Amino acid sequence: MKTNKKDEETGGNVYAHLDKTSVLQEARAFNETPINARKCCFILSKLIYIIQQGESIGRTEATEAFFGVTKLWQSKDVSLRRMVYLAVKELAEVSDDVIIVTSSLTKDMTGREDLYRAAAIRALCKITDTGMLQTIERYMKQAIVDRNSAISSSAIVSSIHLMRKSSEVVRRWANEVQEAVSSDNHMVQYHALALLYQIRANDRLAVNKLVQKFSKNALRSPYAVCYLIRIATRCLVDDDQPDSSVFTFIESCLRHKSEMVVYEAARAIVSLPQTTPSEIQPAITALQMCCTSPKAAVRFAAVRTLNKVAMAHPNAVMSCNVDLEKFITDPNRSIATLAITTLLKTGAESSVERLMQQIAGFVNEISDEFKIVVVDAIRSLCSRYPRKHTVMMPFLAKMLRSDGSYDYKKAIVETIIAIIEENPDAKVAGLAHLCEFIEDCEHDNLSTRVLHLLGREAPKTPNPSSYIRFIYNRVILESTKVRAAAVTALAKFGAQCVDLRPSIQVLLKRCLLDSDDEVRDRATFYLKMLTEAAEGLIHNFILDGLQVSPSGLERSILDYLRSGSYSSPFDLRVVPVTQQALSQPEKRVPQLVEEEEKPKAPKVEPYAAQLAAIPQFAALGPVFKSSTRIALTESIAEYTVHMIKHTFANAMVLQFECKNTMNDQLLLDVSVELEDPDGEWETGNTVQIDKLPYGEVHSAFSLLEFPDSGAISGSLGAILKFKVMDVDPTSGEPDSDDTYEQTYVLEEVDVNVSDSVQGVAKSSFGSAWEALGDDATREETFQLSTVENIPDAVKKISEILGLVPCERSDRVPEGKTQHTVFLSGVFRGGYDVLSKATVAVDPNDNSIAMNIIIKSNEPLVADLVISAVV
Amino acid sequence: MADFDTNPTSLYSIKGIVILDQDGNRVLAKYYDRTTFGTVKEQKAFEKSLFSKTSRNTSADILLLDGVTCLYRSNVDLYFYVLGSTRENELFLDATLTCLYDAVSVVLRKNVEKKALIDSMDTIMLIIDEICDEGIIMETDAQAVVQRTALKSDEVSFSDQSVSQIGFSFMKSANEQFKWSLLK
Repeated sequence: MKTNKKDEETGGNVYAHLDKTSVLQEARAFNETPINARKCCFILSKLIYIIQQGESIGRTEATEAFFGVTKLWQSKDVSLRRMVYLAVKELAEVSDDVIIVTSSLTKDMTGREDLYRAAAIRALCKITDTGMLQTIERYMKQAIVDRNSAISSSAIVSSIHLMRKSSEVVRRWANEVQEAVSSDNHMVQYHALALLYQIRANDRLAVNKLVQKFSKNALRSPYAVCYLIRIATRCLVDDDQPDSSVFTFIESCLRHKSEMVVYEAARAIVSLPQTTPSEIQPAITALQMCCTSPKAAVRFAAVRTLNKVAMAHPNAVMSCNVDLEKFITDPNRSIATLAITTLLKTGAESSVERLMQQIAGFVNEISDEFKIVVVDAIRSLCSRYPRKHTVMMPFLAKMLRSDGSYDYKKAIVETIIAIIEENPDAKVAGLAHLCEFIEDCEHDNLSTRVLHLLGREAPKTPNPSSYIRFIYNRVILESTKVRAAAVTALAKFGAQCVDLRPSIQVLLKRCLLDSDDEVRDRATFYLKMLTEAAEGLIHNFILDGLQVSPSGLERSILDYLRSGSYSSPFDLRVVPVTQQALSQPEKRVPQLVEEEEKPKAPKVEPYAAQLAAIPQFAALGPVFKSSTRIALTESIAEYTVHMIKHTFANAMVLQFECKNTMNDQLLLDVSVELEDPDGEWETGNTVQIDKLPYGEVHSAFSLLEFPDSGAISGSLGAILKFKVMDVDPTSGEPDSDDTYEQTYVLEEVDVNVSDSVQGVAKSSFGSAWEALGDDATREETFQLSTVENIPDAVKKISEILGLVPCERSDRVPEGKTQHTVFLSGVFRGGYDVLSKATVAVDPNDNSIAMNIIIKSNEPLVADLVISAVV
Repeated sequence: MADFDTNPTSLYSIKGIVILDQDGNRVLAKYYDRTTFGTVKEQKAFEKSLFSKTSRNTSADILLLDGVTCLYRSNVDLYFYVLGSTRENELFLDATLTCLYDAVSVVLRKNVEKKALIDSMDTIMLIIDEICDEGIIMETDAQAVVQRTALKSDEVSFSDQSVSQIGFSFMKSANEQFKWSLLK
């Protein structure tokens, strides 16, 4: 009865509830004589099944079962023998003593039964090692060129597996593999070509010859032709001077009779870098033909490839738009979504309206995950055609009002926010839609996100007061988290719109009665700031937020508490600042991005703990800023050194990461000696590396006090100094105790103005600029000789000063001959630095001129920063 | 470890072959990519996600799921999937799926449903093994696969065999008769 119920539950699948113990018990039938082939076959199926299901079998149990399996070789039943091979392969990884079946497998792989030979080869190669492999080498070579295609393919594919651990033996079979490439059988030819390539892959010349040979002598197998295209593509990408006949071969495959080959050639061509439109067009045409295929896999492959190439070559893909538009209604949703996103990438500005109408009908039929892809594509379309936001924005707003998951709503909100940030013309419409959205939004995270945006952007719109109602409704109707965000948003209006300040104060007073202290505390704080504080303080505490690193803040507070001296209050200005405010949300990467992630910029904070642990530098206080790693040697030098500059309030610590690349040397007492030819900079404490063995990286440190003259830039000579002890290259043991001193000249160490400045963006540059006053203002005008256009000039000045652009003012519209960028940051010691840089192109000689104004709340700081450009 | 994802000239391109029933329960599965599907937990989670996306659609199709190209085909109460690397030519994967389905169809005498498949579990295991070796496509010709799974001739009807297979079966039958003659 119980068994029947189980059978019903799993639809009669006797394998669904196999018990490991029972199966292993049944496996004892393998020892019976005579062997019941049918019964043993069934038991083997169950044994293989539970292994594939991930059932963990102990090593002892597995070995016992394995020995039982070996007894089945006595049976002549063909089906049973084949199952034995399968079981050997499954059990080999979890059993001991698997080599006992080697002789049986070897006998089968050389015997007369063809059905045994192929499977036996595969099983044998799975359990073999390099030593054992040489004993069967002769049989493997014979099998590779065997006339039976199953045997030949088995040997070749097994050899491909063996290449990963016994490549030196497999390489000796190159002649046989070469012969197998001539096989009439499609799979044998494909496998043989692949193995031949892998045998020769490290020999550039041999690979080129291989491509030349087989691209001229027609391969019969479409799989082999596809593989040859891949080898050829790799040659084109890797070679600096690729042979043009290789490209000609790939292009000729666009006219191959096999659909598989045509597609392979097309996607190879469009994936090549630096192709010209005329080179790529035949491939696009071939993909267009694939779009008309009745097979979903072919259409999918074609549209997916077009989707990728649309980013790099939108004009080329445009010719496929008619075909792609038909895909919007394709029954395969993946194909439909890919078609839409491709069209959104390639569509002409004039076709945007029609395209959006088609998409609107389709979008309701797909699932949320596909909708998110469409939303991401719309975002990129708005970037390309800013004026079309009037078409896109209502579409997005409508999507926002329809049903959907949190992720879906989040994607739409983020897209609208991105459009607002990128396109000033879209701001008012976008903010209006988001206001409507939060009126009925059930996701607190999205509401707070929108409120944050409103607080930052809405005060700058022509009619800021129109947004107050939507924000205040949140104070009345929403959860604590949202109410607190609304209070903060109201405060930002009060900070930026002086004429609205009295009204904001009235609203904030009402918030003092809120039931939650999170809301009340914010209201109390903001109300006090708005009613009593000076403009500068209002900006610092309401608009710019806390822009310190969390770990830096923690460390500074701990240092203050440990010092035991509370005579002076804790000073927030000593805390290292970061470029990102604490409250700034992470931006989601659109799903459309398929490229590999770019290497992330080195993190500043990890060094702080390392430096704090060094007693000589503990008294310096918190790290203000750490630079990127700067190479002081070439990467292939005997001793490589990279430098990181750590800036403190009154000093710098230079960290020299040293690596010993000489395997016969042990370096002792490694340090870097610095010398200033002008005599201004002096080295303080140093920390050397006691031992630097081969291949290891360790750091030496030097302290540099900022000069009394007030200079903040300079160039110092650097010499690596160490003692060498000769060691045995293989063991690392010293040859003797003798050492000799040695030096190694490094690149100069440059200390720059930017080392004393940490870029921190202001959310409202104009207000901050006005609040600083004119006492500490400096102005310079000069010509730039090392840059050729305005965007480069903007980037250059930002780097030199160490300041970052505000309000996306670094985006230079196309065709402009003049542009002003707003830059801001903090000078060490906690002093604000602001800058307006206007870059212009002289129409007479196309030279670049720049006028720069620098403001600070400390005149000396302004002088020091401007010195970076004089 | 075999390279399934990054090397365009790697032959390792089949990450898994999976057969589910009409409720999304695993009937048989073989995974080759230990990086992506290294644990049963990962496998089952993927199967659940895959089934929810494919069970309501047409009987054969292709989709991209969690960085895996998935081709599938269904019949009665069975769903057949080939899970491929996104780097692989989709037509290779499609040929593999077609081979799998056709070979199973021949073996089960076109009776492609769960009960029949379970009754021939050993043969289905052999079919999958003949089609894919540790992630490398071994064969895409269904007839060749059936031939290699060592079926007894009386288990296959003549209408399902190619001419060469008929010859093979006939030769076997003739050999048997010859032996009996000798014994007499």
